[in-house]
Amino acid sequence: MSQQPLLEVRNLDVAFYADKKAIPAVEGANLTVYPGQTVAIVGESGSGKSTTAHAIIGLLPGTGRVTGGEILFDGKDIAHSSTKDFESLRGDQIGLVPQDPMSNLNPLWRVGTQIKESLVANDIAKGKDADRRVNGLLAEAGLNDVERRARQYPHEFSGGMRQRALIAMGLAARPKLLIADEPTSALDVTVQKQILDHLDGLTDELGTAVLLITHDLGLAAERADHIVVMYKGRVVESGPALEILKNPEHPYTQRLVSSAPSIASQRLSSVRARAEVREQAVQTAGEIAAQVATTQGEVGKGHDDIIVVENLTKVFMLPGDRPWRKTELRAVDDVSFRLRRGTTTAIVGESGSGKSTVARMVLGLLDRTGGTVHFDGYDTGQLKGKRLMALRRQMQPVFQNPYASLDPMYSIFKSIEEPLATHGIGSSAEREAKVRDLLEKVSLPGSIMRRYPNELSGGQRQRVAIARALALEPEVVVLDEAVSALDVLVQAQILELLNDLQAEMGLSYLFITHDLAVVRQIADNVLVMQDGKIVEAAGVGEVFDNPREGYTRRLLDAIPGRDLLASA
Amino acid sequence: MPKPTLAGQERYVAPIEETPLAAVDSIQVDEAPSSQWKEAWKQLRRNPMFLISAALLAVLAVVIAFPGLFTNADPRFCEVGRSLDPPSPGHPFGFNFQGCDVWSRTLYGARASVAVGVLTTLFVVVIGGITGAIAGFKGGWADAIISRISDIFFAIPLILAAIVSLSALTNAFPDRGFWGGIAAVVVTLAVFGWPQIARIMRGSVIEVKNLEFVDAARAIGAKDSRNLWRHIVPNAMSPVIVTATVSLGIFIVAEATLSFLGLGLPFTVVSWGNDIAEAQRLVRSGTRLGVMFVPAAALALTVLSFILLGDAVRDALDPKAKKR
Amino acid sequence: MWWYAARRILQTIPVLLGSTLLIYALVFLRPGDPVRALFGDKPVSEATLAQLREQYNFDEPFLVQWLLFLKGAVTGDLGQSFTGRPVIDLVADAFPVTIKLALMALVFEAVFGIIAGTIAGLRKGKLFDSTMLVVSLLVIAVPIFVFGFVLQLIFGVKLEWFPATVGGDASFYNLLLPAIVLGLVSFAYVLRLTRTSVAGNLGADHVRTARAKGLPEGTVVRRHVLRNSLIPVVTFLGVDLGALMAGAIVTEGIFNIPGVGNLAYQAVIRGETPTIVSVVTIMVLVYVIAALLVDLLYAFLDPRIRYA
Repeated sequence: MSQQPLLEVRNLDVAFYADKKAIPAVEGANLTVYPGQTVAIVGESGSGKSTTAHAIIGLLPGTGRVTGGEILFDGKDIAHSSTKDFESLRGDQIGLVPQDPMSNLNPLWRVGTQIKESLVANDIAKGKDADRRVNGLLAEAGLNDVERRARQYPHEFSGGMRQRALIAMGLAARPKLLIADEPTSALDVTVQKQILDHLDGLTDELGTAVLLITHDLGLAAERADHIVVMYKGRVVESGPALEILKNPEHPYTQRLVSSAPSIASQRLSSVRARAEVREQAVQTAGEIAAQVATTQGEVGKGHDDIIVVENLTKVFMLPGDRPWRKTELRAVDDVSFRLRRGTTTAIVGESGSGKSTVARMVLGLLDRTGGTVHFDGYDTGQLKGKRLMALRRQMQPVFQNPYASLDPMYSIFKSIEEPLATHGIGSSAEREAKVRDLLEKVSLPGSIMRRYPNELSGGQRQRVAIARALALEPEVVVLDEAVSALDVLVQAQILELLNDLQAEMGLSYLFITHDLAVVRQIADNVLVMQDGKIVEAAGVGEVFDNPREGYTRRLLDAIPGRDLLASA
Repeated sequence: MPKPTLAGQERYVAPIEETPLAAVDSIQVDEAPSSQWKEAWKQLRRNPMFLISAALLAVLAVVIAFPGLFTNADPRFCEVGRSLDPPSPGHPFGFNFQGCDVWSRTLYGARASVAVGVLTTLFVVVIGGITGAIAGFKGGWADAIISRISDIFFAIPLILAAIVSLSALTNAFPDRGFWGGIAAVVVTLAVFGWPQIARIMRGSVIEVKNLEFVDAARAIGAKDSRNLWRHIVPNAMSPVIVTATVSLGIFIVAEATLSFLGLGLPFTVVSWGNDIAEAQRLVRSGTRLGVMFVPAAALALTVLSFILLGDAVRDALDPKAKKR
Repeated sequence: MWWYAARRILQTIPVLLGSTLLIYALVFLRPGDPVRALFGDKPVSEATLAQLREQYNFDEPFLVQWLLFLKGAVTGDLGQSFTGRPVIDLVADAFPVTIKLALMALVFEAVFGIIAGTIAGLRKGKLFDSTMLVVSLLVIAVPIFVFGFVLQLIFGVKLEWFPATVGGDASFYNLLLPAIVLGLVSFAYVLRLTRTSVAGNLGADHVRTARAKGLPEGTVVRRHVLRNSLIPVVTFLGVDLGALMAGAIVTEGIFNIPGVGNLAYQAVIRGETPTIVSVVTIMVLVYVIAALLVDLLYAFLDPRIRYA
C-alpha cells in the first residue's frame, strides 16, 4: 500500500445559505483515504455525512458552499476548484454511486447509453468500441444478458438491477476514488448483501479506494478498514473499524454501538429483557381475557389466541397485455397463523412478499379473496354494523411513514382525540384528560397537544401515531414497518417504548418488518414470508439460532456486521 | 491481523465539550405552536411578490368599496359635447368618445370586473372541487363518467363556447341589468371553466387518499364521507387554491374579451371590458390612446396582482420550496 | 402501445358526440325565430318561412335536429347557411386560413417560449429570468385585443412594416403580425412552464449523477435537463392548438382575416345553427386530434408510457 494519501479532508467547513445567513452543515471535518482503501463515514440523517461526500466531488446541492478547510485529492486542493476542473476530475478520478436507484437514472435514456456517456466524456472509448465496453461493464456489475439489458430503459429494471447499473456507471471510467453514498439502503437485505459483496470484489480487483457513506454502523464495520463517525456536522470519533465497534470511546459512538439493531440483536441481555416483557404481558393479557370471558363482551370470548388466521389468500387482478386479458397476482397465498394474547408475532419478508397485504387484510382495510380471520373467537368476515365498529376498536394500526401517518391539518390533540370522538367516548373534558394521559404513556409532554405534525420529528410523530392507536384501548396493535423509517437511535427508543407498553397493558402485536435485525428485540414468534407464502414459522430463538429454511438463512446472513462481534 | 496505522488515520476521539450529546429526539417546547398554514403564512409575509400583490389588492378593495373617495365625477354622466376632451381639473384623464369621465368610469368599473372574476372562481371551485373530489375518491365508474363529462366541456374552446352561450342568453334576457348581466357571464364562464379545477382536484385527491393517515382513520371506524371531506379534501386543496387564484385573473380578462366581442356585460354596465371595447375604434385612428389605456392598465394591474398572489401562495405551499 | 392508442381513440367518440349535442342545446335554447330574423322587417309569407324551417330542420325537436346533423356530417353534408351556400364550402374556404394562422402562432410560441423559458430556468433569479417573468405576466394580464390594436397601430399603421389588415390575401407575410398576437398569451404560458420545468429538473437526482460521470455542463443540460423538461411543454402545445383556433375569433376580427373565427362569430350573431355547430365540431375535432397526437407523441418521448 502506497504511503501517499489519495484523499485528505482537512478542517472542512460547509454551510448552506438561507436568506443570506450561513447555516453550517459540516464543521472542521477531517478524514484521510489511502489508495485502495475502504473508509466509511457513519452518521444519522443530518449528521453531515452526505454533505461531506458531495463537497469532495463538487456537487453540493443548492446554496451549499465550502466555507473553510481544504480537500486534497492526489495532493492538490480541490475545495474551491472551478466547474471545469471538477468536470475533468469527475468520472475518471472520482466516481459516485448515489443513494436512490429509483431517481438516479434518467428515465428517458437507455441504460447502456447512460453508461456510454461516461466513457465518451472521459475519452475512454467511442462508437462501437464504447458499446462493447458498456456490455463488459454491465457484466462486471453482475448483470446477465447484457446486450439486451443495455438497450432497455431504467423502468424495465428492478431496484437491484438499477443499482448495479449505477455501480457500472460509477466505475466505468475507472476512478481512483469511488464515493458510495448509502448505495444499498433502498434495497432488500439479500440484494443489499449481494451488491455490496460484488462492489467489494470489484474495487479490490481494480484497486479503487471507496468512501462509503452509511447510517448503519454494522455495515460500516463489516465493509470498511477505517471508520469516521459524524454527529451534528462534526467528526466525533475515527479509527480502525473493529476497534471503534469493540471499544467506542465517544459517548455518541457508544450510544450508536449499543443501539444498532444488527449488533444489539446479538447480545444476550436484549434476549433476556424481551423474555421478561413477554412474561408480564402474557400475565396482564390473561387477566384481561378472564374479564372478557366473564362479561360476555360484544367482541371476544377470552380465547388464548386472540387472532387466528386460516388459509388467508389475496389475488389481485392486473391489467394484461390486452384489455380483456388480466393476469393474476397471488399476493398472499394460503397464509395461516395464530397470535397469542400478550405476545408479538413478527412477519418478516422482503418487498413483494405479501407481508403488508396480510396486515391490511387482518385490519379489514382490504377485502380478502379467501380464508378467514378470527378475532377472539369471532369470524371478522361475519361482523356487521355495530359489532364491526366494536371490532375495529380492538385492532389498531401504526404505519411506516412518520410523515404520512398523521393528518398534517390536524393538531396533535385532534389526531389523538379523533378515535374517541368517532366512537362517542366521554365528554370533551374527559377526552382531553384521556389524550393527556395517552401522551404521557408514549413519553411526550402534554404541552405538544396544540402543536401540528410538521413541528415534530419522525420519532415523535410515530409516538403520536402509537398514542392514537392506543386511544380506543385495543387488544391488538398491528405495527406495519412502524420503526423502519427511523434513525437507529430513535428506532431503539421506540422499540423500548413498544416493549414497555406491551408489558403494562398486555397488548398483542403483529409486527410487520423487512428487517430481521430488529425482530429479536421485540418478537416472540416469527413468520418468514416469501412470494406470498409463509416459508418458515417458529419461535424467535429458533429462527435466529437454528433456521431450517435456506431463505431464512440467507436473510440472517444478510444482516450486516452480524458475525463481527461473535467471531472477534 | 492488525494493519499498521497510517498517517492521518490514527484513533481520534473528539472532546466531548465540542459536540455535547443531546437527548435523542428531544422536543423544543419554547416555540409557539404553528400549523402548516401558519408556516405558509410566515413564508408569504417575507415574499416581496406577495407584499406587492397584497398591497395592490388592498387598494383595489378600497376602490370597490368607496370609488367616490378618488373622484367627484359621475361615471354615468356623459355629454356628447365633451367627447374626447383632454384632461381638465377634476378629470385627470379626460373624456371618452361619448363624453364620459374616463377616470371615474375606470374607478367604478372595478366592481363589475372583479365581481365577474370572484364569482366565477367561486362557482368553478365549488363545482370542479366537488366533482373532482368524488371522481378521485370513488374511482371506477363514477370517475369514468365524471371524467368523460368534463372532457366534453374541456374540448370546446372557452371563448367559442362562451360566445355561443352568451348570444343565447343575450337574446333570452335582453334587459338584464347589472347583476343579471354579471350572472350571465359568470354562469357561462363557470359552466365551461370547471373541468380544469375538477382535473386538478381529482389528481390531488388520488394522491392524498393513498396516504397512511387516511388508512388510520378508516381503521378507527371513520366513515368514507368523513374521511373524504375532513381528511382528504383539506389536504388536497393547495393546488386548487393556487390555480383558482390565477384563474380569477384569467376570468377578468375573459370578461373583457367577451365585452370586446359585444357579448359580455350589457352596455349599460360600467365595466373595464366595456370601456376598453368602446375605446378600440379610437386606437385605429391613433388618437387619444389614454381613453383605452386607463381602463386597460387598471385591468392589467388587477390581473397581475392575482397571478402574483397565486405564484406566491404556490411557493409557500410547495413542500419542495420549504427545504433550505 | 396499440391498445393504448385504440383506447384513446375510443374515448374521443363520446367527447365529439357530447360537445356537438351541448352546442346544439345552447343554440336551441336561444329564443326567437332565426328564420324570421333573417328577413328583418321585410314582409314574408308564412309559406316561405315554413319552407325554410323545413329546409333547416327547425321544425323538428332538437334531438332529431342533432341526429340529422350527425347523419349529414358523416356523409360530408353540413347543411346550408342562410345565404344558401353549403356550409362545407364556407368552412373549406375559411379553414385553411385559420389553421395556417394557428400553426404559425404555435411555431412562434413554441420556439420563443422554449428558448426564453430554458434560459430563464437555467439562470433562475438572474436579470434575464426576472425580465422574462415580468414580460410573461404582462402578456397574460393585458387582454389580447389590446395588444392586437397596439401592435397593429405601431407596426401596421405607423411604421407600415406589415399590412394593418389582411383581407383576402392570407400570405405568410401578411399573417405574421396576427400570428404573433394570437400566440402571445400562449408564449407566456410556454415560457413559464419551461422555466419551472427546467429549474425543477436541474435539481433532479439523475442530473447530479450525470454530472458525477464527468459530463460537460452543456451535455448535461442538453441531454438530461432539456429533454426531460420538454415533455410537459409538448403536452401543453398540443392541447393549445385548439385554443389558438378559438382565439382566432378575436385576432381575425382585429386584422380582418376571413377565417373560421370570423365565420363562427358572424354565425353566432345571426343564430345560424348549421354553421355554428359545424365550426364548433371542427374545432373540437382539431382539439381532440391534437390531444390524441400529443398523447401518442408523449408515448414516443417517454419510454415509461410506451411499454405500459
